[in-house]
Amino acid sequence: MTRFSEILQFLFSGLTVGSIYGMVGLGFTIIYNATAIINLAQGEFVMLGGLIMFSLTAGAKLPLYVGFPLTILSVTTVGVLFERFAIHPLRNASLLTLIIVTLAASILFRGIAMFIWGKDPYALPPFISGSPVIIGGAVIIPQAFWVLGTAVTIVILMSFFFSKTIVGKAMSACSFNPMAASLMGINVRKMILLSFALSAALGAVAGVVITPISLMEYDRGPVLAVKGFCAAVLGGLGIGYGAVIAGFMIGILESFTTAFIHSGFKDAVALFILLFILCFKPSGIFGSEEVGKIKKF
Amino acid sequence: MGKENSKPLAILIICLGIFPIFVRSDYYLSIMIFIGINSIIVMGLSLLMGYAGQISLGHAAFFGIGAYCSGVLTVKFGFSVLSAFLSGILLSGVMAMAVAVPTLRLKGHYLAVATLGFGEIIYIVFNEFLDITGGPSGLSGIPYIDFWGYAFKEGIRYFCLVWGIAILLFIFALNVIHSRVGRALRAIHGSDVAAAAMGVNVSWFKVQVFALSAIYASVAGSLYAHFVTFISPPTFGLFVSILLLMMVVVGGGGSLWGALLGAGIVTILPEYLRPFKDFDVLVYGIILMVILLFMPEGLLKGLTVLLKWIRGKIASRQTVIGQGA
Repeated sequence: MTRFSEILQFLFSGLTVGSIYGMVGLGFTIIYNATAIINLAQGEFVMLGGLIMFSLTAGAKLPLYVGFPLTILSVTTVGVLFERFAIHPLRNASLLTLIIVTLAASILFRGIAMFIWGKDPYALPPFISGSPVIIGGAVIIPQAFWVLGTAVTIVILMSFFFSKTIVGKAMSACSFNPMAASLMGINVRKMILLSFALSAALGAVAGVVITPISLMEYDRGPVLAVKGFCAAVLGGLGIGYGAVIAGFMIGILESFTTAFIHSGFKDAVALFILLFILCFKPSGIFGSEEVGKIKKF
Repeated sequence: MGKENSKPLAILIICLGIFPIFVRSDYYLSIMIFIGINSIIVMGLSLLMGYAGQISLGHAAFFGIGAYCSGVLTVKFGFSVLSAFLSGILLSGVMAMAVAVPTLRLKGHYLAVATLGFGEIIYIVFNEFLDITGGPSGLSGIPYIDFWGYAFKEGIRYFCLVWGIAILLFIFALNVIHSRVGRALRAIHGSDVAAAAMGVNVSWFKVQVFALSAIYASVAGSLYAHFVTFISPPTFGLFVSILLLMMVVVGGGGSLWGALLGAGIVTILPEYLRPFKDFDVLVYGIILMVILLFMPEGLLKGLTVLLKWIRGKIASRQTVIGQGA
């Protein structure tokens, strides 16, 4: 293997992992935009997506095109229930309490997942069987294209949703000023519920597409949440496409760290970037300080 | 310190004083020692949460820095116990400043995020720097604390040492709250803007509280290392940070008495969760959720309100009976 193909190989694996971080980061962004809450249970949505998909397709033998939507539906239901029973009753509490509630929910989801699926990691078969593609000497498994394609599709759909549809615009309005939004006739509570549903669905998609590559087990959530959060902050908290691009960057950097420095420090990369960006440019790569100032968070 | 605190404090000291006279079992003594150690950390966290309105998701890292400073410096570099202890405090304080100065300038809860990242990095450092920390297999052979031949081994002596320090730090924290600093902090908690308008340097006060809470955690870490004499990374991971936060929430943020209560309950809890084995995570999640939903101000406040309500009921019934007669 030449040096070039080696680098290319790590670049592709970085992009694959990075797109998952990006999707988790996007999930953070959606809830944050509607509520200013950092949802620390975001990683658990991904975990639930992977494990429910496993039960439906490998366990109940449902075909992919039935299992996938059903998985998204179930995780979305979890997100909606979470909002109804934990976030909604505390709508008058401080932001601090709400963040701790999401932390409690993440522990709770993890416990429930361990109760149902146990501690073993589960694998899914790839969506399409086929021999790996070789580009410039680098070997790429077909599932990686699925992951990348999903991430890109989601970004396009989301930006369409937020900039072109009336519901999406209403949600963005809530993020800037919920008071003004409600005076404009926007049902802010419904938007908050919708943001949790959307973000859970997004997590489920990420979980389903990544499980064939990296397996899934009950305690994957926190790691994914931390990385996704790094992506969200690096891209500029509240900026959807920023989170996804930053996710790609973190994935690639991690992959190169594993390759050229030391695999033990792989997980530290994202965190160093997080601390660095908080020190020097807290508004993120794509954020502007002026916009940051008017946000409530 | 405030007059209202002196009576309960006296009762607490008396209870702690007579505890080892009646309880001789090493098991109960060691649980009490762990409660003492956790109380010290939770006091600091409670100050941070209740008075600066911030949360830390990486306090186990400062606990770990204290423990590893004490452990590594005494075992590998021949430091005395006291100098290793002070180095831990210094290092935690400096690290806390480094994390807090940039993040607390920002509005919002960036500190929570930064501490989460910081905690994970420190955890990786404990695991990966094998030569110094012993890596995943841990560091053993940490000496007992020894003052001029008077060794603080396990049992009663260590109980007295830990709780002696805990009470001193508790009194210090109470004094902080009732000082000018404490008033400034409460003003900040009420409203950042109003406090700033009154001339309070908001972010600097927050940084100071955070550093103080890190130092408390470091003290607890040193005490832990010299008691258990073996340390390994999982004791200082993310889940422990969450448990510490849970202690604050259970007791009630912003009340130092609540901190003691929370530390006590959450430290004892695992002893009763043994039959659940690995499912203790589920139980923790449920407890935390229930308390947040139904007693968001914590058990201490919740129980006080409940007690008042019951008293009120009894009193009103008595008056009804009295009127009837």
